[in-house]
Amino acid sequence: MGDTGAEEVLRAPHALDYTYTRSVGPVIGAFLTGLRQGRILGATGAGGVVTVPPTEYDPQTGERSGELVEVGPAGVVSTWAWTDHPSADQPLDRPFAWALVTLDGATTGLLHVVDAGSSDAMSSGMRVRAKFVPEADRRGHLRDIECFVPEASS
Amino acid sequence: MSGQAPEPVAVLETPIHVDYSFTAGLAQSRFLKGLAEGRFLGQRCPRCKKVYVPPRGSCPTDGVPTTDEVELGNTGTVTTYCVVNVPFQGQAIEIPYICAQILLDGANLAFMGLIQEVPADQVRMGMRVEAVWVAPDELGPTMSSVKYFRPNGEPDADYETFAEYL
Ligand SMILES: [Zn+2]
Repeated sequence: MGDTGAEEVLRAPHALDYTYTRSVGPVIGAFLTGLRQGRILGATGAGGVVTVPPTEYDPQTGERSGELVEVGPAGVVSTWAWTDHPSADQPLDRPFAWALVTLDGATTGLLHVVDAGSSDAMSSGMRVRAKFVPEADRRGHLRDIECFVPEASS
Repeated sequence: MSGQAPEPVAVLETPIHVDYSFTAGLAQSRFLKGLAEGRFLGQRCPRCKKVYVPPRGSCPTDGVPTTDEVELGNTGTVTTYCVVNVPFQGQAIEIPYICAQILLDGANLAFMGLIQEVPADQVRMGMRVEAVWVAPDELGPTMSSVKYFRPNGEPDADYETFAEYL
């Protein structure tokens, strides 16, 4: 090797892409089908619980879940975390809150995002409402709900 | 909702995307720059004298830096191989094709390479092969600089000469 001095160390980008295709089953399938129709479904269980997203089996008792019922589209934020710098794959391209939303008629929280503009507009106990993407763009996915928005401004 | 009931949702696609920035390190950078010149560059352990190609910069047996650079030739031996018959997404080569572990002459570490210019059912352990490089103006610091290996016509190597590397 004729060269003296520092060797250049090579570096290159390496992108890894893989897509899983999951079978969703009858209950999550119904939930996703509902989203495509602009409806949010929960599963009924023992003691009056309504689990959203619905599960095939009651998380408390292990019994098969009961019938699916429509919940929301508005509800209450139980807890939230503000994101100042959204990354490329996150649902919104502007600062937003991750939040657990207990939809009206549900007894569990749904994890989604709240487009509130500023963390000052966020509080536990605030009411928010689901904003669906236009029907033509829905594909049976949780992101058929574009976001939740504070109810006063929706 | 419109007239006909839409198909219920049965599957969900969950794409994963991960961006790495890969840093080759000093030893592998030397190896990759060698490929850009159409050469295989390895490194020798000062203690056990084994030659590693591609080099990682240290000897896994002795734990010491491998400081001596060694240029290897263009020929080697197929230690073991597999015939790929299964198509998959993103496949670049027509099946069936052969992925082989190739031990370059003078090296003490085999690496994976394609075997071409021979029917898949005629590839065998011990087959002598040579590297076929891309055109000089297509050489780069990547394993893609080696198009594939092909039989070089020499008699097969004795099993004992590569048994240690299986
Ligand atoms: Zn060694």
